[in-house]
Amino acid sequence: MTASVELRDVTMDFAKYRAVDNVSVKINPGEFFSFLGPSGCGKTTILRMVSGFIEPSQGQVLIGDKDMKGIGPNKRPTAMIFQNLALFPLMTVWENISFGLEVRGVNKAARRARAEELLNLVELPGVGDRFASQLSGGQRQRVAIARALAVEPEVMLLDEPLSALDLKLRQHMRAELRAIQKRTNVTFIYITHDQGEALAMSDRVAVMSRGKIQQVDVPQKIYNTPSNGFVASFVGENNKFSGRVSSVSNGLGKFKSDVGEFAVTLGEGVNKDSKCRLYVRPENVVFAAKPKSGANAVPVTVESVSFEGNFATVNMRDKKGHRLSAEVRNDPSNLPPQVGTSTSIVFDQEKALALLDSEAVAYEEKE
Amino acid sequence: MAFKPTQTILQAYSYVFLGYLLLPLVVMCGAAFNDSRFPTILPWNGFTWRWFAELYNDTTIWQATANTGLVAIAVVAISVPIGVAGAILVNSLKGRSRTLLYATMIAPILTPGAVIGISTLLFWYKFNAPAGLQISVLAQTSFIAAYVMLMVLARLQSFDGALEEAALDLGASHAQMLRRVLLPHLYPAILGGAVLAFFQSVENFNATQFTRGASTTLTVYVGSKVRTGITPSICALAAIMISITILGAIIYEIIRRNNLAKAETLQAQ
Amino acid sequence: MSELFRRYGSGITYTAVGLTAFWLLILVIFPYAGLFEQSFRPYLPVTEINGPNDHYFLHNYLVLFSNPQDMTFGFGGSGVTIPIPIHLWVFFITILYSSVATLAVLLICYPIAYCLAKVMPSALLPSYLLLLVIPLWVSELMRSFSWYIILSLKGPLTIVLQSLGIITDPIHWTWGMNGYSGIIVGLIYTYILFMLFPIYNAMTSLDSNQIEAAEDLGAGIFKTHWRVVMPHCKPGIASGCVTVFMLSAGSLLVPSLLASPKSRWFTEVIQQWMFETHDWNAGAAYAFILLFTCTAFVTLMMRLFKVGFTDIAK
Repeated sequence: MTASVELRDVTMDFAKYRAVDNVSVKINPGEFFSFLGPSGCGKTTILRMVSGFIEPSQGQVLIGDKDMKGIGPNKRPTAMIFQNLALFPLMTVWENISFGLEVRGVNKAARRARAEELLNLVELPGVGDRFASQLSGGQRQRVAIARALAVEPEVMLLDEPLSALDLKLRQHMRAELRAIQKRTNVTFIYITHDQGEALAMSDRVAVMSRGKIQQVDVPQKIYNTPSNGFVASFVGENNKFSGRVSSVSNGLGKFKSDVGEFAVTLGEGVNKDSKCRLYVRPENVVFAAKPKSGANAVPVTVESVSFEGNFATVNMRDKKGHRLSAEVRNDPSNLPPQVGTSTSIVFDQEKALALLDSEAVAYEEKE
Repeated sequence: MAFKPTQTILQAYSYVFLGYLLLPLVVMCGAAFNDSRFPTILPWNGFTWRWFAELYNDTTIWQATANTGLVAIAVVAISVPIGVAGAILVNSLKGRSRTLLYATMIAPILTPGAVIGISTLLFWYKFNAPAGLQISVLAQTSFIAAYVMLMVLARLQSFDGALEEAALDLGASHAQMLRRVLLPHLYPAILGGAVLAFFQSVENFNATQFTRGASTTLTVYVGSKVRTGITPSICALAAIMISITILGAIIYEIIRRNNLAKAETLQAQ
Repeated sequence: MSELFRRYGSGITYTAVGLTAFWLLILVIFPYAGLFEQSFRPYLPVTEINGPNDHYFLHNYLVLFSNPQDMTFGFGGSGVTIPIPIHLWVFFITILYSSVATLAVLLICYPIAYCLAKVMPSALLPSYLLLLVIPLWVSELMRSFSWYIILSLKGPLTIVLQSLGIITDPIHWTWGMNGYSGIIVGLIYTYILFMLFPIYNAMTSLDSNQIEAAEDLGAGIFKTHWRVVMPHCKPGIASGCVTVFMLSAGSLLVPSLLASPKSRWFTEVIQQWMFETHDWNAGAAYAFILLFTCTAFVTLMMRLFKVGFTDIAK
């Protein structure tokens, strides 16, 4: 069974501040949906409102088109994976998993059987009689997932579940979680501050900052067409240019900065007097010793090159001293320019985005 | 290092101190076996069991012991639920209300037993409840519950609140959550509190003295017998109580060392 | 409060609040309030209560200042004679000797606490602590009673000293210090562990590196303790002093058991009001005076040592 989740004009005020500010979003049944944002952006509060531990100050939370107002967490069709997993330390693994069934009055034999079934599902056969403290981090994760699945929720809520794991395990678990979600078709609501995770696992992502949703979209669009400066900065790397839009024509325009005037694509809501910046991703920048006339080009001096494995990062400075970076794939036939070289970088108009400064972020440029 | 000789002196002093603490108890126990009408170990007149026999035949002591037991059981029965309730309540508050509640709860511990006794006596007298062991139970409970509360509160603070939420999230009712998740965590503290309450009640003198009316408890009986003249049968009683205490201390230590070893092997796994 | 309902549901919340309210209101607050109120009422036969003669007055408290007796202060035959109200004198003596006992206990315990926390080898510590805790568990009665035996006229102490030739005739051990020597010795022994454990606990949380650092910088023993160890242990010292003082001032067993013909303790006076004179109102007033004194002492200690209220836990 799976259900949709909808937040309608939801606001959450705590004594001293507003954690969630007028958020509306509709999550489809069977969707893997992530809330992505820095600490304090409100994503945890949203999760707790969906699970029923907090009631919104304003607005409605609907699960399966039913208003959840006044319905406690134990009566909602949700199950949560807590950040520290919250496995019951005084119960064995199988007792943990079947706890949801126990409180519903299922008899012991049936519970045990179901627990074993779920342990097989999460690929942990035979650990039923151990205690949580005897398992590794990854194993405990899977027990937590099994425990949540046991109550056959319509919506699974995951609170940064992978943040405590090491890199390799994290990557493995990403795939696992995605596989389990596809297999069970339960709606997953996943919150994280790790953009790689969100982009890799989700059907759609909501980027949040300071209680407001900045953009809801599929991962490719979040990355390639961010709707404002915050999303562009938070997700992936960027070269940023300060300046202003000098001309506008049909979604395209010209951006004038202190190192040149460029042909750019205008982001949402950008026109001539908007406060905005120009964003170009490092991988969309190409080296050209003699750039064609009319192209977007910036003369630079190469400061350092760091080899990162499958790509290299080239750090440069432009004529005004701003730092820029480029990402070059590891290709022996196309080596990055050497340190100290004076050359130019060029980028396409479609890859140059002029985006509104979001009031969500205080911009500090330290150059 | 200049501190070394000081360290030896300090350690010697500590052993002298230990002797200072234990010697009087040894003397008292010894007097229980001395065939001397007046309780003492010197001069030693020979080993005897007669004071234990006298103790055995003293009916008032048996009555007093029974009273002490009943009072202690009643005190445990009332103060443990109250202490647990108080601990849960204070743990869920924050800020000024928490401090205020906490202060009110431990105030009885800081109050002289005489004051507790008299105030309880006077209060229930208004409702025509005369002095007696029931009043003693109420007087003792007022501060013993605070000790239970402190033990449970300490244990509560090591409880991960997320476990409560996880239980609810999985569909448990509040009662089920309490029974299956919170209380199991608290059991060691509740048990410890019950044991502590029991012994605090048995040894209580001041509050009991002012509230007991005509009945008597063991501690009060012994305390007041001094005025009327004592025989070493009191020492026999003391010897028995001290032996029980030593036994309890040994058992406690064994359990403690066992738990320590268990925790270590679990850690190593 | 709404937090409680959310977390535990209404049934459990009401139960918890109800039980706690029963405890705090019925067993603590109302009785204390009643005590306070009753202390201002006169001692009347039952029929006259709430009648015309029943009015609030201070008499019960002022009795403390009545019944003067001549007390002579001085040495030898000379000295000054002042009439002092007898109960006031007892009150003063109780406070004085409780303070003396507290100070003595502090001086004895501090080095022990330090030794246990820092000096004693950790292999021996559990056994030492186990032995130490036995007198505590044995009960106040046993502790006081044992000294009764030791200090009795023909008791072990006398016999030992006689056989060693130090004294010839038996001595009334409890008659020293105006008749309070027995009580003071008893108070020290009975309550000393209540000072030791708080200070010991405070000391174990002191990082030994700090002591070594002080040494390293050239501080001697006294300086190190005065400037490094003691400030850290302030809560423990304060807690211990408060506990010992209040137990001593409020003690009934020790002063009764180790009494001398001349000794009288304030709690015994209270007992007298309650069970001999049967004037419960005066007893209430005196009990309140005792409570007030203890509270004042706690506050004084908190100010002096600059510690908060939450340090007086076991």
